[in-house]
Amino acid sequence: MPLALVPWHPPLWGHGGMTIQRYARSLGLFWRTSIEAETEYQLNMLLELLSVLGNLAGSLFVLSLLFSGENSLGGWSWHEALVVLGIYTLLDGFTSCCLQPNLSKIVNHVQQGTLDFVLLKPIDSQFWLSFRCLSPWGIPALLMGLSLISLGLLKSARGVQLESLLLGTALLMSGALILYSLWFALAALSIWFVKVWNATEVLRYTLVAGRYPLSAYPAALRAVFTFVLPVAFMTTVPSQALLGSASLEWVLGSLTAAAISLLGSRLFWQYALRHYTSASS
Amino acid sequence: MNRRARPGIARLQVARQLITTQYAYMLEYRAEIALWALSGVLPLIMLGVWQGSGAAQRAGLTQAQLSHYFVAAFLVRQFTVVWLIHVFEEDTLSGKLSPYLLQPLQPLWRYFAAHLAEQATRVPFVLLMLLGLALLNPSLLWLPSATQLLLGAAAIWSAFILRFLLQTLASMLCFWSERAAALDRLLLIPYLFLSGLVAPLETFPEPVRRLALATPFPAMVDFPARLLCGEPVDVAKGFAVIALWCLVLALPCRWLWCRGIRRYGAMGA
Repeated sequence: MPLALVPWHPPLWGHGGMTIQRYARSLGLFWRTSIEAETEYQLNMLLELLSVLGNLAGSLFVLSLLFSGENSLGGWSWHEALVVLGIYTLLDGFTSCCLQPNLSKIVNHVQQGTLDFVLLKPIDSQFWLSFRCLSPWGIPALLMGLSLISLGLLKSARGVQLESLLLGTALLMSGALILYSLWFALAALSIWFVKVWNATEVLRYTLVAGRYPLSAYPAALRAVFTFVLPVAFMTTVPSQALLGSASLEWVLGSLTAAAISLLGSRLFWQYALRHYTSASS
Repeated sequence: MNRRARPGIARLQVARQLITTQYAYMLEYRAEIALWALSGVLPLIMLGVWQGSGAAQRAGLTQAQLSHYFVAAFLVRQFTVVWLIHVFEEDTLSGKLSPYLLQPLQPLWRYFAAHLAEQATRVPFVLLMLLGLALLNPSLLWLPSATQLLLGAAAIWSAFILRFLLQTLASMLCFWSERAAALDRLLLIPYLFLSGLVAPLETFPEPVRRLALATPFPAMVDFPARLLCGEPVDVAKGFAVIALWCLVLALPCRWLWCRGIRRYGAMGA
């Protein structure tokens, strides 16, 4: 690797307020320009809306089939299960807005060698790669997810409580962080295996499991969805908290998993960059 | 050898060459194909959910029937994956289609051969996953009879042709629009929910079931999966339905191809 390409890491959290301010200003610029670019394709909004509505109708249909003649699914009532589906839809919107437009490009950067330019920028490369774009196409899913969650919460037996809402939101964010870290780590794999361009799509397909509460699965799958592919922390745990039935061990588990996976994605990226040899060398 | 004298043999040779080169090409991407194979686990995830719900028993399905159905649906899904539109969109947008048009071979055959090659590359990964299932819980698997296996394979392959034709129809829009692949995402929705991939058709309410059967989607998963796992099914009718839908789709495909190719201005036009 030529000396000029040795990645330079300006400290992300260090040296006082100046750095944070600079990053915030960059973020504002990044998002404004990418929204402007994306809104050129207005027909996309209609397609996206149709696709979200269709998928939601289908998911509700399958959920209603699973509930036909039953009044619970793994101990969850219909309205409680709606909260889980709502959180899934919300995270799907988050994926379309923030994760997909950024992280799916890492592979192209590696393949075409444009990662060199990213590494030369006087900004943290993980920050740039993760937040460069913001796409409006996830907004329909975000809105649908929120309405589904509200509907489920209002109709569920326990109703809405402030502290559950706060805890639920915190756990939802930790779920989103886990999701981000998984996506980022998978996308970072492209440093070694250039052609994994669809590894992230695979993740999207397997996360479908998060549409249903964890207790609806047999014990073996439950373990997989907690420790291997932690969908439990993404949808079930925040739903439990929102519904006011959070348990201490799951809350701690979720926060720990978020911290570990975030730190893990950071370390993994630094490790991956040491193996990056640029496109033509 | 004289091609003019024996067009049949020449065609066979072209087919063999296409498939062997595409197979070699696909083998290079085996890591990616393994990941794709892994992404087809949806029916197995759904099996997990259905096992825990009493709704399947209520619809008259035993646990064994349920698990065999979903494992069969998993196999069907593995060998009927079609990704034509994504490649075709890129090839029309970047102008890569142009050199293919110069060759004395309808370019769609090249994509078709690529799909067949990809299926062949998948075989070991799918076998590995089946082995995993067998180790996890042997009662999930069953030994189909030779007729079941042959008929099932034929049905899977017909279902693949049907799916390929449906996506060819959507791909033809690439000649008119820059984002035709977005349309395919819409087509995926009824395929996902009406084909029997996520829920057996028995569990559908009667009006929805009738509506689903009026579309080509159950022929893509439900019919081959049933044949494979030995559920009672009208074999002749199933194949006839697939043939009919293939015909219905093939005619507009041909027409749109002829119109589209006249519109196609290579790159950037």
